Amino acid sequence: MQAGLWIVQRASAAVLAVCVVVHLVTIIYAVQGGLTTAEILERTRGNVAWFAFYSVFVLAVTLHVPIGLRSVCSEWLRWRGRSRDFALLLFAAFLGWAGMRAVVGVFA
Amino acid sequence: MVHRLSGIALALFLPLHFWTLGRALALDDFVSWTQQPLVKFGEWLVVVALAAHLGGGLRVLALEFLPWRDWQKSLAAVAAALALGVGLALALAL
Repeated sequence: MQAGLWIVQRASAAVLAVCVVVHLVTIIYAVQGGLTTAEILERTRGNVAWFAFYSVFVLAVTLHVPIGLRSVCSEWLRWRGRSRDFALLLFAAFLGWAGMRAVVGVFA
Repeated sequence: MVHRLSGIALALFLPLHFWTLGRALALDDFVSWTQQPLVKFGEWLVVVALAAHLGGGLRVLALEFLPWRDWQKSLAAVAAALALGVGLALALAL
């Protein structure tokens, strides 16, 4: 279990490294001259490439964040066992759902 | 420590980020809300946290997967420089 999570965390980190660089460049580019709803939607609406990119981004985040929080819960809150894993599973499900809702929201 | 704190901050921010975007950007009100200086400062903090977490994460991956142990201090410096660079770039762009 521990080894599996470690591999997933590193693999998702590698994917996220690329996604975050693209995201940061996009943010810095997009905020120049002010951010508007129309400008965001113009970029994303109907754009399959952005849809695919953000879908991968959300999937990687959904895996990466709960595994990271798992260590924080264990080491800082001394919260271990099934209740912690169940809570984090719920959080992962929420992130995946809310993330994909956001991706679809700016695409459709 | 920076890596952990920035990670927690991002984990707290993400639900809000997704929820806002999920409203299909019925968001002009929200975008005008973000024009307040304090909110802009908050945005800047989130972006710096993201850059810092990226830098720290790249350092971890490099240490674990590349034979670069002697370069640890240099890598930490590169990570810090990356975070600072992104922060400055955003501050200039905002």
